[in-house]
This record gives sequence, structure tokens and C-alpha cells, in this order.
Amino acid sequence: MEFLYKVVRFLIKCMFCVVSVGPIPSHIAFIMDGNRRFAKQRNMKVGAGHEAGYFALMSMLIHCSELGVKYVTAYAFSIDNFKRRTEEVECLVDLMTEKFESWCREDSIVNMFGIRVHFSGNLQLLSEPLRDAAKKLTAATVGNSRVFLTLCVAYTSTNEIVRAVEKSCEEKWAEDQESSVINLSDIEKRMYMVIAPDPDIIIRTSGENRLSNFLLWQSAGSCLVSTSAMWPEISFWHLIWAVLNFQRYQSLLKKKL
Amino acid sequence: MDFNKESQVSCSWYAQIENCLLQLLWHLIHVTIDLWYFPLGIADVLESYLISWGLLGRYKSFNVTKLRYLAIVVDSEEVFQTSKIIKLLQWLEAVGIKHVCLYDNEGVLKKSKNFILEKLDGTILFWDAHENDVLSDRQHMTLEFVSFSDGKEAVVKAANVLFMKYSKSGATDQNQKDEIFTESQMSNTLKTVGSGGPKPDLLLVYGPARCHLGFPAWRIPYTEIVHMGPLKSMNYGSLVKAIYKFTMVQPNYGK
Repeated sequence: MEFLYKVVRFLIKCMFCVVSVGPIPSHIAFIMDGNRRFAKQRNMKVGAGHEAGYFALMSMLIHCSELGVKYVTAYAFSIDNFKRRTEEVECLVDLMTEKFESWCREDSIVNMFGIRVHFSGNLQLLSEPLRDAAKKLTAATVGNSRVFLTLCVAYTSTNEIVRAVEKSCEEKWAEDQESSVINLSDIEKRMYMVIAPDPDIIIRTSGENRLSNFLLWQSAGSCLVSTSAMWPEISFWHLIWAVLNFQRYQSLLKKKL
Repeated sequence: MDFNKESQVSCSWYAQIENCLLQLLWHLIHVTIDLWYFPLGIADVLESYLISWGLLGRYKSFNVTKLRYLAIVVDSEEVFQTSKIIKLLQWLEAVGIKHVCLYDNEGVLKKSKNFILEKLDGTILFWDAHENDVLSDRQHMTLEFVSFSDGKEAVVKAANVLFMKYSKSGATDQNQKDEIFTESQMSNTLKTVGSGGPKPDLLLVYGPARCHLGFPAWRIPYTEIVHMGPLKSMNYGSLVKAIYKFTMVQPNYGK
């Protein structure tokens, strides 16, 4: 079994070497859709679906790190998700709190792979334990630099835009100059996602074709990829397929220029 | 010393062979992908002809009322194909679509709007219909023309409107800020700066990739985005299929 695992890992690394001949996206974003449907199909509890989703995220993070992708963003919890049943929201919050606290340990997978974690979203909407766990994790991983992972929690793009406009206005009011004008860079540097470049690829699982209020501002030039696999079913092959299609698009752009 | 030099040359030689092998495998994979897409493309074309000829039952007649507002994004390389765009709009009118928003990054379609409107009998601008309150009882289509300036630049304009409006009132209290900076206030302010069009239900992208090319972000939070391929290859059957598939979607909006 261990031998088989080593063979598979070797083949994956070979595949990455081949794919790396072409341009590798610097930022991949994931809309992690389908945990509940995955659980329902297997007669599992909804919480088990989200737990399976967590392992899929870990797997994607490791693959992205090995492929050389510098920035990874995951849509973990939307502001719209607060409308779900209370038990499910509590289950998700507990899962996130538990995982963020475990990631703070030095021997955690996040530290082993040099992943720096950042949170994008209106964290004031979160419960205090989860908000504290998020802050603690951000501080604990600040020294990592191999991969920048942004977890969008209590996030929607429209909320992000409004908050960036609000902060821009507040700073201009504080300047108290008659001729103050807000420009595009004022708003963009106050976006939650300012720490990462615009995504090259956005992958959504479960076959849906919407962005669901995710990275709307940042996705003008992003290749939008939809796969019918549920999020816990996402694999190395889906990632490779998305990257290969990105490379095809890049070569089309180059031919035009 | 000779041994070191020889081993360096050998290593360099092996590295070059490895590099060549990797390049070859990479090109092979991409050729395989092109070959994979080729029969899929042919199947799509065949299916679209069957749909156009009315031979596939489920596409013959379906309810398009669910599709209240449709957006079309055209890649800047193909945006000068005005005759194709007019034909596309005629197809949409034939299918029963009432309100269409045309987008291209540079605003070329905006500059051609009078020419496009002349070619389509009875079609008027969305905002003219809105002002005259005739949106719901139109026999013909309304068109809206949008470009990159209606996206981020419009948000900047809206931010300055809010900034100036509330500068005078000195809004420093958090409760006041909570009332000013809301999504509905933002939507209303975008309307006042002329960029507050409806949120499209479906966005069809005509270009080399599935990419919305900067369509105003505020308007597409829950919009279905479908890639239609290049404009030069557009066909009626694919259009009908995309609209039909949209009518089958049941979004849950995060719930």
C-alpha cells in the first residue's frame, strides 16, 4: 500500500514537471460547492460533508504548493450562508474554529508546507471564538511564504466593495481637505483581497456557472472553470485540467499579440 | 579537474535532454487536448443544427419568462463584427428575450449603438423605456450598452457622490455610517451616476475563454455565466441551448 502511494506521488510529481513547462497561474481561487450534496448522496450527515470538504481543501493546497501556485483563495463561508439552518451554521463555525486552532501548531500541515493564512471578509459578523481563532492563525503563520492562502469567511464581493468605499470615505474625511477626491487606487487598496493579485483561474465545483458574489471585482481577466464534481470529489486531475486550459488560453492571447 | 569538468558537461547534457523530453511531453499533452476538443466541437455543431431545424423536441418551445435580463459580453477582438451582433440580437428577439445588455471592454458597441438600433425595428434603449415606463408592455426588445467605465469607474463615481453628500453632514457616528454604507445605498448611488442597470440573470460570453472581461461587478453576483465560443462561430442552436439550460437552473443563493 505504501509502495503504491509512493508510485502515485512520483507520477503526480512527474505530471507537475511536464505541466510546469507552460505558464503556471500565480493565483487560483476555489468556490467549494457541493459538500451538502456529497453528504446527501452518501447518506451522511451534513457535517460529514463539510469535513470531507476540508480534506479536499488540504489536498488542493498541497497540489497547488507542489505545482508552484503562489496564491490560493477559497470561498469558505459566504455572508449568504448565514441564512442556512442554525445547526448547519453552528457545525460549520465549530469545524472552522477547530481546524484554525489546529493549524496554529508548529507541526501542522499549514506550517509544514509554508502556508501563510489570511482572512478576507467581514469578520465582525463571526462569533468571537471563531474570530479569535482566525486572528491567532493569521499571526501564527505570518512567517510562512511558500503559499499565500486566503480564506474568504463572512465574505461577499458586494460587501467587500461597500466596505472599501466606506474606508476610503473615512480616510478622506479624516484628511479634512476641501479638494479630496476618492480615486480607484484608494478603493482597491482597501479591498479585503488587496494582499493577492487578481486570480488567473476560478474553479467552481458542482457544475454551477455562477460566481455567487465571489471575487467579482477581481475576476475580470480570470478563466472561469466549472466542474461537475462535488467539492469533496475534486482531485489532482481537475486541477491539472484547469491549468492546462489556462495554458491554452494564454497561448491564444499570445498569438493575438 | 578534468573529471569535474566532464561531470559538469554530462550534467548539462542530461539537463538538456530532460528539458527536451519535458517540452515534448508538454506539447503532446496539448495536442491531445486539441484532439479531445475537436470531436466535441463537431458534436456541438451537429446538435446546434438539429436544434435550429427543430428536430430536438425539448428545445422547440420553452418558457423564457424566467430570463428577465440577458447580458452579452463580446471580446474586444470581435466587437467590430457588427453584422454578427445584429444577427445575434435578431435571434434573441425571435426567441422572445425582451431586455438585452451588450458589453465590450472598450465601449466600441456603445459607439455603434445608433447604427445597431437602426438595424433592429422597434428596438429602443433600455433607459428610454424605463423613463417612459413602458418596460413591461413592449412588443420589441430594449437594449443597454455597457463598457468597462460602467464597472470600477462607476463605483469610484458613486464613492465620491457618497463622500461629498455626507461630508457636509459630518457623518462620524458609527450608526450613521451603518446607514450610509449599505448595499442598497450603493445600488441607488450607482443609479444616480448612470450605472445602475438591472442584474442580468444570464451572461453569454462570446470570446476565446469563459471570462466576463470586466462586466460591471456590482451587477453579476448571482448571474449564470456561459461561454459561447468565438462570435464568428456563433449559431442559433447553441444560443437556444444555452437559454434552455438556464431555464432549468434552480439556484439556492447560498442557503
